[in-house]
Order: sequence, then C-alpha cells, then structure tokens
Amino acid sequence: MKGLFNYRELILASILLVGIAAIGAYQPAFLRWGNISDMLTETSVLFMMALAQMVVILTRGIDLSVAANLALSGMLAALVSQYYPEIPLVLMILTGVVCGLILGLFNGLLIAFLGIPPIVMTLGTLAIFRGLIIIIAGGDQVNASEMGAAFQAFPKQIFLGLASPVWIAIAVSLLFWIFLNYTRAGRGLYAVGGNPVAARYCGIDQRRQELLAYVISGAVAGLCGYLWVARYGVAYSEIASGYELTVIAACVIGGVSIGGGVGSVAGTLLGALFLGIVMTALPVLQISPFWQMAISGAVILAAVVINARAERRPDKLILPEARRLRRV
Amino acid sequence: MNMDTPVPPVDRYIVLDAPPRRLRDVLLRWEVILVILLVATIVVNTIVSPYFLDVFNLADATFNFSEKAIIALAMALLILVREIDLSVAAIVALAAMGIGYAAEAGFGPVGLFATGIGIGLLCGAFNGMLVTWFSLPSIVVTIGTMSLFRGITQVILGDQAKTKYPQEFLDLGQSYFIKMKETGISWLFVPPVPLSFLIFLVLAVLFGLVLHKTAVGRQLFAIGSNPVAARFSGIPVDKLRFLLFVVSGMLSGLAGALLTARLGSMRSNIGVGWELDIVTMVILGGVSIAGGVGSILGVVLAVLVLGLVTFGMSLNNIPGQVVSVYIGALLIAVIAIPRILDKVRVRPIR
Amino acid sequence: MSQPILTLSGLSKSFPGVRALHDVSLSLRPGSVTAILGENGAGKSTIVKVLTGIYRPSDGEIRVRGELKSFSSPRDAWAAGIAAIHQETVMFDELSVAENIFMGHMPTGPARFVDWSEMHARAAALLKRIDAAIPPEFKLKRLSVAQKHLVEIARALSHEAQVVIMDEPTAALSANEIDDLFRIVAQLKAEGRAVLFISHKFDEIFRIADDFVCLRDGEKVGEGAIASVTEPQLVRMMVGRPVDQVFPKRDVAIGDVVLSVAGLSNATEYADVSFDLRKGEILGLYGLVGAGRTEAMQGLFGITPKTRGTVTLEGRRLSIGAPSDAITAGISYVPEDRQEQGAIVSLGIRENVTLANLSKYIRGLFLSRTSEQAETRRLGKRLAVKAANWEQKLAELSGGNQQKVVIAKWLATRPKVIVLDEPTKGIDVGSKAAVHDFIGELASEGLAVVLITSELPEVMGLADRVLVMKEGRVVDAFKRGQWSAEAIVGAATGAAKEAA
Repeated sequence: MKGLFNYRELILASILLVGIAAIGAYQPAFLRWGNISDMLTETSVLFMMALAQMVVILTRGIDLSVAANLALSGMLAALVSQYYPEIPLVLMILTGVVCGLILGLFNGLLIAFLGIPPIVMTLGTLAIFRGLIIIIAGGDQVNASEMGAAFQAFPKQIFLGLASPVWIAIAVSLLFWIFLNYTRAGRGLYAVGGNPVAARYCGIDQRRQELLAYVISGAVAGLCGYLWVARYGVAYSEIASGYELTVIAACVIGGVSIGGGVGSVAGTLLGALFLGIVMTALPVLQISPFWQMAISGAVILAAVVINARAERRPDKLILPEARRLRRV
Repeated sequence: MNMDTPVPPVDRYIVLDAPPRRLRDVLLRWEVILVILLVATIVVNTIVSPYFLDVFNLADATFNFSEKAIIALAMALLILVREIDLSVAAIVALAAMGIGYAAEAGFGPVGLFATGIGIGLLCGAFNGMLVTWFSLPSIVVTIGTMSLFRGITQVILGDQAKTKYPQEFLDLGQSYFIKMKETGISWLFVPPVPLSFLIFLVLAVLFGLVLHKTAVGRQLFAIGSNPVAARFSGIPVDKLRFLLFVVSGMLSGLAGALLTARLGSMRSNIGVGWELDIVTMVILGGVSIAGGVGSILGVVLAVLVLGLVTFGMSLNNIPGQVVSVYIGALLIAVIAIPRILDKVRVRPIR
Repeated sequence: MSQPILTLSGLSKSFPGVRALHDVSLSLRPGSVTAILGENGAGKSTIVKVLTGIYRPSDGEIRVRGELKSFSSPRDAWAAGIAAIHQETVMFDELSVAENIFMGHMPTGPARFVDWSEMHARAAALLKRIDAAIPPEFKLKRLSVAQKHLVEIARALSHEAQVVIMDEPTAALSANEIDDLFRIVAQLKAEGRAVLFISHKFDEIFRIADDFVCLRDGEKVGEGAIASVTEPQLVRMMVGRPVDQVFPKRDVAIGDVVLSVAGLSNATEYADVSFDLRKGEILGLYGLVGAGRTEAMQGLFGITPKTRGTVTLEGRRLSIGAPSDAITAGISYVPEDRQEQGAIVSLGIRENVTLANLSKYIRGLFLSRTSEQAETRRLGKRLAVKAANWEQKLAELSGGNQQKVVIAKWLATRPKVIVLDEPTKGIDVGSKAAVHDFIGELASEGLAVVLITSELPEVMGLADRVLVMKEGRVVDAFKRGQWSAEAIVGAATGAAKEAA
C-alpha cells in the first residue's frame, strides 16, 4: 500500500500548514482550539460532499445535482421532523439519506443505462430537484421553530471537543478510504475512469460502477442535507445554491483529475480543508468576507495550473544525450 | 493506371454526390422535433391563456431570455468544439459593475456598451489563455474564473448597488427599439421589438452563416469531431478555441450591458446561475456535449421553446422554480427518449 | 498426440448485417504455438473476443479439455484458463503494476478486503518468472512500451492460463524486445501451455509457430503444420489469389532538388536530420520503432516545434510554425494513426477531403459546395474510394477506404512533397499492394515522397534512397542497388557499427 500522502498531496499539505502558521502568527486567536473546531464543523459537509463528488469524477462523470439533492433531502427530513416530531431521530436522518440515495439512483440509472452525458443529466435533475422542493413544501420554508428539538440539537452536540458533524465526516472519510483502497468495487472505479475499454477486458461492469458512484453521491448529499438543515435551522428551496461548484472546486484543488481515474481521499480532504480555511480565516484576519469567492477562484486556478504541469506527459526521450540528462 | 494493377476499374462504382432525400431522415432531424415542441407550446398556451398571443406581451416576454440567448450563441460554438464556459454569468456581473462605474464617470450609452464588451473581451481572453496555453480542461478553468470574476465584483462592490445611469442608456434597455406600426390591416403590422431581441436575431443569423457556410465553421465542426486530426489538417485549433472564449466573453459583456440597461441597477449577484440556464438552452438546441454536432437553428428554436414555456407558465402564476422542473424534465426527456426508442427498436442478433 | 486443451467447433458470430465468423473449428495442443492468419476483417479479432468472453458466439461450441464452456464475461474465460494479451495496450496508466496485473481478480483477505501485500508478492513472483525487473508498486505510466507488454504477459500468467492468446504482440516492439518476447513464448511452450499467436508478419510466424489456421472472410480456408507450407502458399490462402507482396519499382525520371532539410533538431527527440529530396524521388526513412523518424517528420510539418534547422522548398527558405504553414508551402504529412490523426470519422467524405485547404473552395464569403463536390469526385474516383455517396460519413467506410479518403485529403492540397508515415500499417496484404502501387504512381507524377516504414521489404521495394535513423539521428544512407538487407538492419540496430 502506498503512503497516506503522495508527493503532490505533501505539497498541498505543506502549503496549508505554512498558511495556517502564517495566519496564526498574525492572529493567534486563529489557532485556538475553539476556532479550529468551529472551522472543522463548518467544513464537515464540504469534506463529505467532496469525497462523494470525487467518486463520481473518478468514473469520468460529474454530478451537478448534489447541492439541489442536499436541499431537497434536507427539506424532506425537516418536513418529517415538523409533521412527525415523535419518530426517532435516526429515522429522520435516514429519511434524508434514503431520499438522497433515490435521487442519486435516478441520476445513475439514466446515465449508466441510457448513456445520457452526466453533465446533461445532472443539469436537468439540478433544476428538477430545486423545483420539487417548492412543490413538496408548498412554497413555504421550514423554520427552526417548526423543527423538532432533537433534530436540531444533534449537529450542535460536542463529543471529545468536536461537534458531531465532524465525527460523522471523520467516519465517512474512513469509510471512503477503505472502500476506495481495499475493495474490488473501489479499485474498479479507478479502473473504469482510467481506461473504460481495459476495464471491460478485465470483466468490470462499467455501468454497475457508474450506478454505484451516483448512488453514493446521492446518499452522501442526503446525509449532508439533514446536517445542513438541522445546523442552520432552516429549510427552503435556495439553500446551498451554487454549492455544487464549491464541491467540485474542492476536488480540483485536491488533485482529482476531471478526466477520470485520478484522485485520492487524502487529497480531496486537503482540497476541502483549503477552502474551509479560506472561509474561516477571513473574518479572523478582518478581511471582508466578500474576498472569499475571489480567493477561492484564484486558488482553483492555481491548483489546476500546478496539477497540469505535474501531470504533463514527459517529452519522448529518444536522443541518447537527452536520456542521460534525465537520468542525472 | 496500369492495366495489371489489382485496383478495380475507376468507374465500376457510381458514387452519388449526395444521399437520396428520404422523408424519414428529414422528420427525425432535431430541428423538426423542436419545431413540433414550439408549436405545441404555442397551441397549449394559447388555449390556456387569452393573454398569450398578444404582441406586446410576447415582445415583453423576449426581455426575459434575450440576454441569455445572446450568450447561448457563443456557448453553442464552445460546446461544439468540446469546450464549455461556466464563467459567463460572472462576466456579466463584472461587466455590469464596470458599466456602473463608467456611468458614474459620465460615459454615454455607446461608451457604456463598449465598456461592457471590453471587460468581457478581457475576461474571455483570460479564459482562453488558460485553456489553450496550459491545455487545461475548460470546465475546471471556468469554474475557477467564475469564482474569480464574481469574487472581484464582490470585493469591489461589497453589498452596494450601482443605480445611476444616463437616461438614453436606460431607454435602450427598457423600451422597444422598433416601435409597433399598424398598417390598418389587422394582420399586417410591424411588431414591437426590444433591442436585446433584435441583437439576438441579428447575431443568430450571423452565427448561423459563419458556422454553416464558411471555412471557419467547417473547421469548428472538425475540431469538435476530432481535435487531433483537425490539427494535423492544418487547422489552427488553439487559435480558434481562444477566439471562441473571447467571443463568449464579449457577448457576455454585451448581455451585461443590456441587462443593466433593462434593470437600471446592478448588484454583485446579478445573473447568478445563468450559466446553467444557458447550457440548457444549448443542449436542448441539439448541440452535443461530446462535440462536433449542432446547429444554430436548433439553438434558436430551443431558446424560443424555453422562453415561451417560461412566459406561458408565468402567465398562469406558476413560480419560477416549478417552471424549472418542467425545463429540467424537458431537457432529460428530449435526450433520453431517442435513446430509449433506440434500445427498444434495435435488438442485437445473437 | 496429447488431448487438445482447447477445441472450437462450428463457431459462428454475426452482427446485424455482418457475418464475422462462420463455422470455424480449430484445436490447440498443449505445448504448441498456433498462428492465426488472415487479412484485416477475416475474423481474427472476433475469435479473440469470443475466446475472452467479450463477444458471445451466435453458434458453435467451445470446449476446454473436452468440457463444454460458455463465456459471458472475461471472468468466465479466465476461470476456464484462457487469457489474452491484447492488440491495443489495454491497461491503466494511473494504477500500479500490481493492480494492472490483478485488476478484476485482486486477491482478497478477510471481509473481502483487497490484500495489497499478497498482491504485490504475487505480482513480483510473476514478473520474476518472465525476467522482468519491474517493481510491482510502480505506476504503469512510468514504464516503457516494452515493459508494459511484459506486464500484460504477467497479467495473462496471473490467471494460470493454459491458453495464452497474443493478438499482434510485436506491433510496438523493437527487434531486441521481440527476441525477449519469443523467449517467453518458448518458455510457455515448455511449460505445456498452448499459445494462440496472431500476427501480420510472416517472418515471425515462421519463426515461432508450430501450426497455422488461415481465415478468409470469417471462414477457415486452411490449416496444418507450419513446416508444411511456404510463404507464397500462405499468402495465396489468405487473399484467395496470388499477390506479389511488393510491386516492382517503377522507373521514374528523377528531377531537381525540391526539398532540402538541414540540421533539423529539437531538444529530446531528434538531432541534425539533413537530407535533399528530388522531384519524383522516393526517400525511405527506415529505423526501429521509436528511432525518432515520426517525430522528425512531424517537426518538419510543424506539429511539434523544431528548435533548430532549416527547411528549403524549391529554393525558398520556409519558416514553419504550424501545419498550415507547411500545407501552404506544399508539404503534406499523412500520419501513422489513421483513426486518431487522419480521419474525422463523424464527418462525410466531402468534408474530409476538402478540410486541409478549405480556402480553395471559398467563393465570395462562403464555401462553394459545387467546387467541393467537384474536387471530391475527382480524387475519390482516382483513388477508387468505395462509397454510396460523397456525403457518407467515414465511420461507415472500411479501414482501407478511410485511408484512401485521408490520402485524398492530402492530395487535394496539391503538395510538392508528401510524407507518408507507415502507410501500410495494419493494412492487409491485398490493400498493401494497391497502396504500394499508388505511391509509385505519385512519384511518377513528379511528387517527391518521404516514406517512413518499419518494413524492410517495403522500403527496399519502393525507395530510391534510404536514410536509416537510430536514437534520433540519421546514422547511415544507402542508394538503390548499393544496399543489402543486412547492412540496413545493421545500421538501424547498431550492430554494424559495433562489428566494424
């Protein structure tokens, strides 16, 4: 098994460490545990969503409907909490997860079995999911006062210094790591994205792998839907609007190749962490939050340029002198 | 040729210049499907609402989609060559902000339009440079520049709005460019046409001619079908790609100017989410996301279908987000239905 | 004789409108190499795909050691002891060597988790068996083409396959690497496995095979021991008529120097490539695969930037920064990879033919369809392109006809110099002869031709002069009549220099 980090991820990790140290030197408050813990809580949804998106991108796909899925699943969970406050919390969370899973299944079935291009399919379902929120909620929003107490309290509970969403994110990340590195299906995702023809020759069913990726993506979006709605205490049609692009950005910064077959759990987590730090560091540094978007844009561009340089195929070395030079 | 060569005699085969025209091929064209959809939209809406077939209502309806439709023309060419520009809406915002500042500095309408188009040009050149120089996937680059451009707008503008514009500029965006003229005969008249719709129509004709009748257009199809072979055929692939990003930027800047003039104010969130609406127009118009297939006529028809569906539903007080359910479903259905029919019809022989 | 490992009887496979295989029977003995011969489209690849579970046969039986088998996926074929080394290197660049070997059947431990240490150990053992010093944890993209082939062989061995199918395994290998491969084949034979060997190259077949099966149009037209046939007999069996493999060279009056290349170099691929080319002359560019011939000619054509050197065409110094400059000046380059670099299969014949010089067909502002049609008709007829109409998409044409359209595209630019990069690669014997004749015809019309080829008979049959490249440099030059096969090959491999 390879080390936890590869070379590229080490660079990203060191940039992050230097950045954190620099911010900490300027504003020691940033390094306080409370702040770090808050930052992790704030980023926990992004961690999970980015991992799920990575799984889809590994198969050469893309899932633009994740944020809409999150909003719809979150709304459904909130409605369940509003109208059936007596049922156990686990079932409410499960409502979100199952709803997300079914929506992901819908994406996956049409993409894998009808061959609809993923970008087209998920663009369509993005619009559909958002619209469905209005329809199922009758155009209203669900406010904090209407949701159950336990429903809202859970994401704010602290265990061992970290809020429950962070623990969930840690558990989900571990599951992803095991799945992607230690199961045949997980390695199959890399195979299908890396070379679909070769995967077929190895007896790997591309359609099943694709379906799996979108189902995972959907289920994670459903789980995050609950966390989002419960944490911010409101569910309406516009929550997490445009968040799909933030999620993809985290993957790109983390070194996931949009061409498929390349990406790691560690890299993606670092990419999400990077965006999380940018978002939380700005107020600490007393920089207007309006900078956030511009900075993440610049970071995405820097990341793709650097990745592209690292991934560039080396020149063919035919001349003996060129080969000697390369060896030294 | 020598007599003893094994190559068959030259005229053994009669090769026609063009395939014989068959009705089935014509009817199965994407544009025909769109025309049917368009007619169905018009018929249903006319039955449901008495206000639908009113020239002024229809003219006003074009306001809501013309700016996006202008950008869709450039997006169609980008998708045709296997690229995409998700930063268009952010360019609209950045251009609109530039126009806001230019207006405060006392620029006239021409200067304001030039400002918008100029900013768009720079943004598009930046996108094009990143995509072609570093050979990066445009979907990633333009997700990045989308954040960057809108981010810059937010940084400069904060939560302010720009609301001071010269009246001539606002008139261009808010009143009909061509006024209604009646001739006395009830069915013969010059309809009222807003500037944005007029620009869209003119540009659509222009783009259609370039794409389908000129050498550059043929080269775009070649790039979209096989970029490597296109390069080996002497086509300046990267130059054309760069140019398309510049055009996309300029048209986004133009759309930003038209939108600002229509709204009379701008904030940093102007045009949020447009990129996905525009991509929807293009894909519904039959441009293949895999590249190499598409027509401007298809895009124009898709723009009209989407515009009229939205307008018809708003006449019936259906909220915008519910409309998007229909549009999303329409998008998936038109792509999925031919594929389902294919699966049902062609059974592989074992 | 021992019992056959694998028996096919009455195997047929049809696709809508195409009969790819019809009633083919064959059997493989343990410890033998059986060559399958046939022109392109004769059904060789179909047999491979049926045997590896990619296709299901329409009719017929597959028996392994007498036991009836039916394969619905590659896994079933593996389980039956059949594994293949495929024609295209179908592998995963971004994954490790070990994963490439075991993809689809990774060893798993408790709870069905992938056992990486077991996988690495087994991969190392397999690689050692074929004397390949490749660390199993390396990413595949770090390996050379030949090393990737070794990994493919290890992959086939990982299934403990009793039947190893090799589908044109030498296409991308150099002479030394081919020797290595044949050593492994001999080892497989010695271990009592059966090898199914598919190749276009007769010298290889005579060197390695014990038996042969010849296919034509999906049917078996001959089989037997390789020792009992001669090359001309095999060729006749394949094409159904006698064909001279290489056409007699035409006598062409050679004129003045058209193209003069001096000191063409770039940083890593080729250096100091210089030559003069005359009107009506065919200049062969011979060398091993990877000697830098394609790279040098693509540098000349402006695909990859050259760093130094001058190109003079008819006395005029050219500055070529992009292919369009070369095309305008009168240089054409017909690339090696037809599907990727030559044909645009989703466009029609007319659109392909006119693509490289569209400006010629502009009347006023727009393209004139009539003038496009006229040129397409002229060239299409001259090259005897078989099609229903000139608007037909290239995807619907056969490989040979696609190649004709690609050549038509380059002739439409009215070149003075044409570079043909492996024009007969992957083309069957029958079409090869037609291409050879056509190259001679071009030269006789006064075109100057550069012919890149890795096939010695081709270069010796057609060229007036031969330049030999090795490791990015021109190492020797020969004139017609003053060469020998040994001298040319010696120069290309470096054997001659060392001997001297």
